[in-house]
Amino acid sequence: MKTNKILIHALAIFIALITLVPFVWMVSASFMQQGGANQFPPRLIPESFSLEHYLRLFVSMNIVRYFLNSLILSFSITALSLLVNSMAGFAFAKFYFPGKEGLFKVLLAAMIIPAQVTMLPLFLMMNQLGLINSYLGVIIPGMASIFGIFLIRQYITSLPDSLIEAARLDGASDFQIYWRIVLPLAKPILVTLGLFTFMGTWNDFMWPLIIMTRENMYTLPVAMANLSGEHAQDTELMMAGAVITVMPVIIVFLALQRFYIEGIMLGSVKE
Amino acid sequence: MSPAMFLAPALLLIAVFFFLPVLVSFLMSFTDFDIYSLANTSNARFIGFDNYKNLLSDPLFWKAMRNTLYFVFLGVPLSLLVSLGTALLLNSKLIRFMSLFRLAYFLPVVTTLVAVAVVWRYIYHPSFGLVNYFLSLIGLGTVDWLGNPKWAMLALIIMAVWKNFGYNMIIFIAGLQNIPPELYESARIDGAGKWQEFLHITLPMLMPTTIFVSIITIIGYFQLFAEPYVMTQGGPMNATLSIVLLMYQEGFRWWRMGYSAALAFVLFLILFLATLVQLRFQKRYSAV
Repeated sequence: MKTNKILIHALAIFIALITLVPFVWMVSASFMQQGGANQFPPRLIPESFSLEHYLRLFVSMNIVRYFLNSLILSFSITALSLLVNSMAGFAFAKFYFPGKEGLFKVLLAAMIIPAQVTMLPLFLMMNQLGLINSYLGVIIPGMASIFGIFLIRQYITSLPDSLIEAARLDGASDFQIYWRIVLPLAKPILVTLGLFTFMGTWNDFMWPLIIMTRENMYTLPVAMANLSGEHAQDTELMMAGAVITVMPVIIVFLALQRFYIEGIMLGSVKE
Repeated sequence: MSPAMFLAPALLLIAVFFFLPVLVSFLMSFTDFDIYSLANTSNARFIGFDNYKNLLSDPLFWKAMRNTLYFVFLGVPLSLLVSLGTALLLNSKLIRFMSLFRLAYFLPVVTTLVAVAVVWRYIYHPSFGLVNYFLSLIGLGTVDWLGNPKWAMLALIIMAVWKNFGYNMIIFIAGLQNIPPELYESARIDGAGKWQEFLHITLPMLMPTTIFVSIITIIGYFQLFAEPYVMTQGGPMNATLSIVLLMYQEGFRWWRMGYSAALAFVLFLILFLATLVQLRFQKRYSAV
């Protein structure tokens, strides 16, 4: 029993090292002097600390702009998608109208269509609308999400109908019921979905890569991908960029991880 | 306000920016839509199944298909094994600091794939990278991970498993906790050993979870794109060219959008069939 316990913890620590060492090295290399990360044997602690790469990113490169682009897109898509998807989720959960079940099934079935299928025509549409290299070109297709509607519908369905009927007897309109009663009660699932959406948008790559072709519209991942081609030899600079890119999602995740992990489990619950 | 008003914004957006593009993409795959059609749509001509025919005789397509299948058929089982293994580890009664370990294992999942891919490019560096350093420490030879066509895809698989096993692990932990403890108790009374318990209770009870996890993992792995885009640009010698990377290059670098749309639909067809097979499997399983 005792040796088992030690073995289990040794294994658990070993796996944790595998998942964490790349991050430790990333942070450490970002503070090394030019060339410090290209040494053998590799070092996990810098010989001497240097902020030159961060300074270079902020002063002579456009990282503030990329950061703002990512932030603007993530915040606006999160806010708008919460509104749009919670309205639809509420309708699917608490209204009765002909064809409801069929419509919902069609939406669920459509979830297996990979997003890549839509990207070519979507690019042409955005081109027609003059939305290439604009925030709206990313925001508009990112607003409604079938997964989001599904998640919210599941949650709102479990709220008691009596609450809604009582409010309706008191003369509340459907919109008041949605805004004053359902949304406050659905707060946990809204936080979860908001977290998914924020992190998903922040980390998203392919669509921003396609539609943001002008350098000052790049999001952080698009900028990272392009910089890593041009500055392949500047290991420490690229690590500083990687730190700036992942730090916000790591902080948000650490602050709200309970909601994130619960959300994964909710999403995996079958109909 | 009627239900229609609540549904309208989401359904309109989904109809116009999801279903319509899917339909247009399908139509496009039967045309020679290219850079000239980009300037003027009337330049696109209907060419029937030519894109699909050309696809099937394009060695690059088969290369990308083989690479993607290799990535999926090695990566998905590996990911399932690691996530089930770590789920069992963290679900063990003996483990302390479970939530701390869970956090450590989950961290790669939430981080930005592109940034992580950039980091791993250096971790795989043939002379200064951590991977080769550890290999040399235990007396194994070094490998030019991303530079050698034999190893490059394996390198991407290892990174992908590292990046996403934590997600499946969480689902497996939930599945494990849903197994009624009475089952284990009665097995113990019958004198079953740990291994028999695992084989005859844990595994069968986890079957629905396993099928769900494999569906989402297969769908995700088939869409391999950012890793080869950032780490290898599909090289060396097209060894890491994936279906989606080929689709991106054909569509958005060479603007052969009709051809690219055909590629996208081949991907869709594969995902559709893969999901169907697994759902059939699930149905048969739950009927038993």
